[in-house]
Amino acid sequence: MSTLTTLAADIELAWWQQTTLRSLGVMIAVLIPAGTLVYVFLFKMMSFMQSRLGPMEAGPYGSLQLLAEVGKFIQKEDIIPWRADRKLFAFAPYVVIASVFMIYLVVPFGPDAYFVDFDTGIFWALAVSSVSVLGILIAGWSSANKYSLLGGLRAAGQLIAYELPMVLAVVGVVIQAGTLNMQGIVAAQAEGEIFGFGGIGNPFVLTQGIGFLIFLIAMQAELTQTPFDMPIAESELVSGYMTEYSGLRFLLFFIGEFASAGAFAAVAATLFLGGWAIPGVDLDADWMNVVGPLVLVAKMMLVAFLVFWVRFTYPRFREDQLQQLAWKILIPLSLVNILATMALKVAF
Amino acid sequence: MTVTERQQRAYVDAQAADMRVAVELETDEGMTLNLGPQHPATHGTLRVIARLDGEQVVWADISPGYMHRGYEKLCEVRTYPQVTTLVNRIDWLGSFANEVPFILASEQLMGIEAPPRARYIRTILFEMARVANIVLFLGDLGVQLGAVTPAFYAFRDREHVLDQIESVTGGRFHPNFDRIGGLKDDLPKGWIADTKAVMQRMRMFCDEIEDLLFGNEIFEARTRGVGVIPADVALSYGLSGANARGSGIDWDLRRDTDVGLAHNEVDWRVWTHPDGDSFARCWVRLQETREATKIIDQLCDGLPGGPIMAKVPRIIKVPEGEAYVATENPLGEMGYYIISKGDIGPFRVKIRSASFSNVSVLPWLLRGVYVPDIITILASLYFILGDIDR
Repeated sequence: MSTLTTLAADIELAWWQQTTLRSLGVMIAVLIPAGTLVYVFLFKMMSFMQSRLGPMEAGPYGSLQLLAEVGKFIQKEDIIPWRADRKLFAFAPYVVIASVFMIYLVVPFGPDAYFVDFDTGIFWALAVSSVSVLGILIAGWSSANKYSLLGGLRAAGQLIAYELPMVLAVVGVVIQAGTLNMQGIVAAQAEGEIFGFGGIGNPFVLTQGIGFLIFLIAMQAELTQTPFDMPIAESELVSGYMTEYSGLRFLLFFIGEFASAGAFAAVAATLFLGGWAIPGVDLDADWMNVVGPLVLVAKMMLVAFLVFWVRFTYPRFREDQLQQLAWKILIPLSLVNILATMALKVAF
Repeated sequence: MTVTERQQRAYVDAQAADMRVAVELETDEGMTLNLGPQHPATHGTLRVIARLDGEQVVWADISPGYMHRGYEKLCEVRTYPQVTTLVNRIDWLGSFANEVPFILASEQLMGIEAPPRARYIRTILFEMARVANIVLFLGDLGVQLGAVTPAFYAFRDREHVLDQIESVTGGRFHPNFDRIGGLKDDLPKGWIADTKAVMQRMRMFCDEIEDLLFGNEIFEARTRGVGVIPADVALSYGLSGANARGSGIDWDLRRDTDVGLAHNEVDWRVWTHPDGDSFARCWVRLQETREATKIIDQLCDGLPGGPIMAKVPRIIKVPEGEAYVATENPLGEMGYYIISKGDIGPFRVKIRSASFSNVSVLPWLLRGVYVPDIITILASLYFILGDIDR
């Protein structure tokens, strides 16, 4: 028994104290990665790729630009269009951001650093990730704007199409790990071995390479990042389902977009890159509760880098081409991947 | 003239869309989408009215005129030298090219010929305007299709061309440098070497864009087979420039007419593409940029000496008569039809701008395409709003 758990067992926290701590923890887990992604990738990496500097004025090297942006959005007038369905219009951003919070619930950050340890953790994460579609659809419909409507419907079609390859890609991991529990998947990777060599464990990216690729593509589509950003498509649909949003509500959508990028990257890092574990380190070590989150964030940034790299480079697909990619290529490929994984699992 | 499979399919699609629009108008279902006058894809104030069935366009029309500035009328109350200031603003990305046909038409009426050095420098600046214009097109193409990065590369490298134009004319955007009978000034010292370096850089930019965009599978999937204009449709709508050459029409005013520019004295070629789709139009423009840099290089090498201004009276009075001169501007054929009554200003000027004719094909072209394809087609037809509305 690690000392931290015994420590936690000694200090009896009241129910409201625990709840407050957990709420704070989730807020940090959602907002810090979202802010980091926006600053590191959207502000800086994108600028460097486009041969410019990005924000440089607010704070050293523009590091306080985020605060300036938040301040700006809070000051802006909150406009609700005249014909809009006011209640639904106001409600939609919260649905989107709630889905991100719920994904983070099951992501483990260390041996004892997690919010909830579901037996069916990954199942939960994939299930709640599609709640955001509801929010987007509500936003698209309630804005009373044709561009918003088109964007909302595109998002719905796209997210449903890419849910399937994503789930199927995860099935390979689940078969190999033999569990749906996120901690179990981390442990399976840390303690696994490839062809008898267990020095670096078995991060599933090595054995589930195809699955990782499919997961990344499906994730790109779920996050509606270029080349799958048709729901937003700023040159076609102005801004898609977000067209009519301004001020704080727009900020919520914006945070939701990047927080879910962080959440999906964290899930991908947990499933395929070994999660919070470091190969060759005792899984139950106490200090892993502190180092583990950092390790996970590092791996998360790696995955997010791939996502944003593609985003800044590629043009976008057309809606029908996107569906073709999902149904004709990704889903058959992921089914083959599952079959191969099953065969190999039985063989070894 | 060969008709490719893509062009044949365009006919079938157009007929199918015709049938559907008949049903659509009878039942009055579907949705009307207004793209513009304020829309990010129309980079200006073009309004496209599209009637949609789901995401498919069944009927479309364009409504230009939101930026009409009445240049033809304004020309009538100005003297000949003053008109160049106005017409600079027609196609604002390649300003110098707008002045040239007007000046050439006036010279033709007056019976003046510019000295060879002026002719060469005129052609160099004319082609530089083309490079400055089309480079921005190549970058903007990416933005319209969702790739943001090429636009920044385009702006970065276009700046060098603008610098060169500025160092000769004093104006980055609106040079107003062409005069009847020659040019305002000679080239500054060291300009030729700089220009050659810049042209080398522009060729590198073209290679970069070809790698980044034209070699991209998604870009090809988005543009190939989209917005096919068969050659006879292109001719009947009066398409010109790269839009016509993208449909396989081998027609370039720089080569086919001799209006007094130096194009025929250097070695270059006209690129055409048989497909007539969006990819073909973009590809032809990319090749044209390369050709333009080559033209500038060769003209710089063979630049003759001598004066840059012919003998012109101090007060310019154009004798009575009519003249039409058209040149191959970045966007296509641009011509001025001048009627003079012997005054210091023109009696009537008709401006034939390329974009106005080029976008007139849109109602034919947009039927049956998807909403994202509208953007691809608008981007690949490449219009400047000032050139449509004048």
